[in-house]
Amino acid sequence: MDIVAVLADSFRTAFGPIAAAYALAAVGLNLHFGYTGLLNFGHVAFMMTGAYGVAVTVDQGGPLWLGFIVGVVGAVVLGLLFGLPTLRLRVEYLAIVTIAAGEVLRTLLRSGGESSLTRGVFGIQRFADDFFAANPFDRGSYGWGRFAYSERGLWVLVIGWSLVALVTLVVVQLARSPWGRVLRAIREDEDAARSLGKNVFVYKLQSLVIGGVLGALAGMLLAIDRQSVNPDTFLPVLTFAVFAIVILGGPGSRLGPVVGAIVYWFVIQFTDRFLREAIAVGWIPESVIDSTDVGAVRFVLVGAMLMGLIIWRPQGLLGRREEVLLDAD
Amino acid sequence: MLALTGVFVVTAATPVWPQTDDAEPPVETEDAEPPVEADTSEPAGAGSVEHPESLRGTLRDPDGQPVVGVEVVVSQDGTEVGRAESGTDGAWALGLPGPGSYQVTLLVETLPTGIGLRNPDRSTLLDVRVQPGQSRPISFALGEGRVSGISRVTRFANLAADGVRLGLILALASIGLSLIFGVTGLVNFAHGELVTFGALVAYFFSASGAVGNMPLVMATILAAVFGGMAGFGLERGLFRPLRRRRTGNVSLIVVTIGLSLMLRHIFLVVFAGRPRPFDEFTIQTGFAIGPVSLRPKDWAIIVLCSLLLLLVGIMLQRTRLGTAMRAVADNRDLAESSGIDVDRIIMATWVMGAMLAAVGGVFQGISETVVWDMGFTLLLLMFAAVILGGIGTAYGALVGALVIGLASQLSTYWISPKFRIGVGLAVLIVVVLLRPQGIMGRRERVG
Amino acid sequence: MPTEQSGHSSPPPPSPPPPPPSAIPILRIERLRKQFGGIVAVDVERLDVARGTITALVGPNGAGKTTLFNLVCGFDRPQSGSWFFDGRDVSGRPAHRIARSGMIRTFQLTKALSKMSVLDNMLVAGAAQRGEHLLSGLVPPTWRSQERALVDRAAVMLERFELDRMASEYAGTLSGGQRKLLELARALMAEPSMLLLDEPTAGVNPVLVQSILTHVLALRDDGMTILFVEHNMDVVMSISGRVVCMAEGRVIADGSPDAVAADEAVIDAYLGRRREA
Repeated sequence: MDIVAVLADSFRTAFGPIAAAYALAAVGLNLHFGYTGLLNFGHVAFMMTGAYGVAVTVDQGGPLWLGFIVGVVGAVVLGLLFGLPTLRLRVEYLAIVTIAAGEVLRTLLRSGGESSLTRGVFGIQRFADDFFAANPFDRGSYGWGRFAYSERGLWVLVIGWSLVALVTLVVVQLARSPWGRVLRAIREDEDAARSLGKNVFVYKLQSLVIGGVLGALAGMLLAIDRQSVNPDTFLPVLTFAVFAIVILGGPGSRLGPVVGAIVYWFVIQFTDRFLREAIAVGWIPESVIDSTDVGAVRFVLVGAMLMGLIIWRPQGLLGRREEVLLDAD
Repeated sequence: MLALTGVFVVTAATPVWPQTDDAEPPVETEDAEPPVEADTSEPAGAGSVEHPESLRGTLRDPDGQPVVGVEVVVSQDGTEVGRAESGTDGAWALGLPGPGSYQVTLLVETLPTGIGLRNPDRSTLLDVRVQPGQSRPISFALGEGRVSGISRVTRFANLAADGVRLGLILALASIGLSLIFGVTGLVNFAHGELVTFGALVAYFFSASGAVGNMPLVMATILAAVFGGMAGFGLERGLFRPLRRRRTGNVSLIVVTIGLSLMLRHIFLVVFAGRPRPFDEFTIQTGFAIGPVSLRPKDWAIIVLCSLLLLLVGIMLQRTRLGTAMRAVADNRDLAESSGIDVDRIIMATWVMGAMLAAVGGVFQGISETVVWDMGFTLLLLMFAAVILGGIGTAYGALVGALVIGLASQLSTYWISPKFRIGVGLAVLIVVVLLRPQGIMGRRERVG
Repeated sequence: MPTEQSGHSSPPPPSPPPPPPSAIPILRIERLRKQFGGIVAVDVERLDVARGTITALVGPNGAGKTTLFNLVCGFDRPQSGSWFFDGRDVSGRPAHRIARSGMIRTFQLTKALSKMSVLDNMLVAGAAQRGEHLLSGLVPPTWRSQERALVDRAAVMLERFELDRMASEYAGTLSGGQRKLLELARALMAEPSMLLLDEPTAGVNPVLVQSILTHVLALRDDGMTILFVEHNMDVVMSISGRVVCMAEGRVIADGSPDAVAADEAVIDAYLGRRREA
C-alpha cells in the first residue's frame, strides 16, 4: 500500500486543472443555488455547450477565440431555454426540466456520424493547439516527485485557476452590489421581493444565464485540458458532483466553490486510489468490490456527501448557518 | 509525447469507469488507443485507421439474393452509436468508436415485403463483444416473412399499442410520484430508483440463482413487498424526521438527488453495468389481435397494469383510506382539521406508491430488460407524465402517462428512436409553458 | 408663443376646473370577484379609498380580506374585476409593477427577510436603485453615492422605529413585534403613496402596538393613505377614520367606526348567526 503515492496523487488532482475547471463550474452553480436559490440540475449541459462550442468551431476551421464566443453564446441560449418556461413557477420546475437536459444533449451529440458537425460518438480532437502553442513553460515536470505536473498540465492549471480567481472577484463584486442584495432577498422570499417592487423573474433569469456561462467556461477548460471532446466526456452525473462541491464549500459563500473543489477532488481521488490499492493489496476482497466498481463507489460517496451535508451541515465549510436555506417558513 | 487519446466507453461487464493509472482523475473514462490495424478487405466506411473496430454483415434472402436497403442500428448502453444500410450487394458495415459490448438491432420495418427474420425475436442481439482491432461479422437469418410487408397502418397500430403498454407501465410507476407530491409537497427525484429496485428484487429472486429460481410471478409479488418496505423505510427513517425539522423544499430535493445518486450507484456495484433480461418470457413471437401484433408478455402486461390501476382507482374512490388520501393530496390543512391522521396517510401513500413503482419496474424489465439505471432513464418520462396530467393527482398521473407513452412510441413513426427522450423533454417544456398545472392539476399549487 | 387669430368675436367658455386631487380616490375597486373552486372568496361590487385617510378592513376569518389585498396588489388573479390606483388602471398588473407604482403592502405572516440583516432589509426596499441593475452593479462608482443616501435614510427610519440598535443583526433574531415594525419601516423605504397593512398589530405586545399606531397616525398626517386589516377592535376604533366590514367575500358595512360597530349585519357576521357558505 503506497500511501505516499495515493496522497501525492490526491494533492495533484486537488490543485490541478480539472479541479480548477470544477471550481469554475461551481462558482456558476453557487450563483444559482447559493445566491439565488435556483435548482439547476442540468449544469452539465452548460459545460457541454462550452466544450463543444470551442471544439466544433476550431474543427470547422475557426480560431480558438471565436470558439470561446460560440460556447458563451450557446450557454446564453441554453440558459434562456431553461429559464423562460420555468422561472415564473415554483422552484421545482427548473429542476424537473433540467434533470434530463444533460442526457438529451448527450443523445443529440451522439447522433450523426463521423462526418457530422459534432462527429457523433467519435468526438473531436486536436482543437486546442493554439492554446498550447502559447504555453510559456518549457518541457518538463514541475513539482516534487509524484506531486508534479507536465508543462501542459501546468499551463492549463495556471490559466484555469487564474480564471477562477477573476470570476470569483466578479461574482463577489456582484454579490456585494444592490443587485446581489435583491438576489438574496429573492432567495429567501420571492413575494417579499415582489412586494418591494423587484422584478423577480428577470433577476432569476440573469442569475441563471450568468452561472450557465461560467459552466460553459468550465467545460471549455476541461475540453482543452484533455484535448478532446466526445459525448461521453460529460456524463450527466457531473452536475451533482458540482452540486456537492457547492454545498461542501458553502452555498452562498465567496470562496466556497474554490475550497469545495479542492477538498472534493482530494477526497474523491483519495478514495479512488486508496480503494484500488486496497483491492490490489488484498485488504478488500474482490467479491465485495473489485476495481471496476471503484468508479461507482465514488459516486455512492458523492451521493452520501450531498445527503449528509444538507442534513447535518448545510452551510458546508465556509457558509454561515444563519444564511442557509434550511427551514421552511 | 502525449498521444492523442480518443475517449471510449468500455462496457462489457464493467460499469462506466475503467481502471487506468493515468495522470488524470478518471471521472470520465479513458483508455489507451487500441493497436491500429488497417484491414483492406473492409467495405468502405467500416472502420478507419483511427477506429479499426467495426461490425459488418451481409443480408441474403432464402434464395441467396442480396437484400437491399435494410437498416441496422448499433447501440451501446441504450444509446445509438450509428446505423448502416445494406447496399446493392446486401452488405452493411459500421465503424465503432472502440472495443466493447454493443447491441445490434435489425429494423424489421425496413425489410422488403415477403422477407422477415426467421426468428423474429432475434431482431436485437444484446451482447455483441468486439475485441480491440476486430471487425466482427454479424448474421441475421432471413426467411419468408411471417408478417410479409408491414403496412403503414399496421405499423402505426403496433406503435400505438406499444405506446399504451409503456403508458400503463409509466402510470404504475408515476402514481406514487404524483401522490407523494400531493400529500407532502416533495418532488422525489429518487423515485426512479424505486422502479429499478423492484426489477432488481425480482431479478434476484428469479433469475440470479442466488436464492434458487423462483417463478417470475412470485418474484414480482416479492418485489412489491420489498418495494413497499423501501417506501416505508424512506418515509419513516428519512423524510418524516426531516419534515419534523421543518426542512425546506429545496433542501429536501437535494436530499432526494443525493439519495438517487447513492442508490443508483449501489445498484451499479451490485448488479453491474450490463443489461440483463429475466429468465422467463424472453423469446416470444408476436401475437396478433386485429391489426395489432404484440408479444404475449406485452398483452399480459397491458391487462395486468389495467387491472392494477383499476384496483388503485377503486381504492381511491371507494375506500376510506383512498378518500383520505385524496383529501390530503388536495388540501392538507383542510384534511387535518377534519380529523384525518395526516402522518398515517402520508405513510400509506409512500408504501402504495413504492409498491406500484416496484411492480412497474418488474413489468418494464419483462418488457425490455433490467438495467441498473432503468428507473432513472424513465424519470424524465415520469416527470413529463405527472406534470402533463397534473402533479398531485392520481388520475392525472394515469392520463399523463398514457399520453406520454403514446407520444413516445408513436414519435418513432416519424423520427428516429434515438430522439425519443427529446420528445419527453419537449412535451415537458410545452406543458410548462402553456399550462403548468397540467390537465387535472390546480393552478394555485404551481406558483 | 404665437397668439391665435380667432375669427370668433367671443372667446370659448372656460372648461370646468378639474376636480381637486383629494376627490379622486387613490384606490378604486370595481366588480372584483375571486372564486376558489366552488367557494366565492371575494365579491366586491365597488370600493373606493380616499387619499390621506386611514381605513380599517374588518370581518370574521375567511371573509376575504387578505384575498382582497392579494388581488389588488397583484399576488393573485381574480376571475373578473378592475381596480385603479391613483387614476391609472392597474388591473392584472404583476405584483412588482403595482408596488413600483406606489402601493406597498405588508403580509399577515411577517416576511422579514430573516437571513439578511435589519439594515439590508431596509436597503433592499429602496426604490429606483441604479445599483440593482446588473451592469451598473458591476461598476460601484455608479451607485456608491445613491447607496450612501439610502443608508442615511434607512438609519433615520430605523431610529424612528427604535430598531437602530439592531441594524446589523439578522432580522431573524427580532421578536415578533419588532418584525412587524421592521416590515412597516421597510415598506416606507419603498416610497409608497398608499400602504396596505395586513394585521399590523397581530401578536405584538401592547406597548409596541401603541408605537405602531403613533407611527401610522403620523404617516397619515404626512399625507399617506393607509388601508389595514385588523382584528383588534380597540385599534380599529382608535385610529381609523372609516371602517369597511367584509363577510363571505362581500362588503356588508361601510362607514364611520361607531356606525359600523353598531351595525346589526356586522354583529351577526361576527357572532356567526349567518351560516357560513
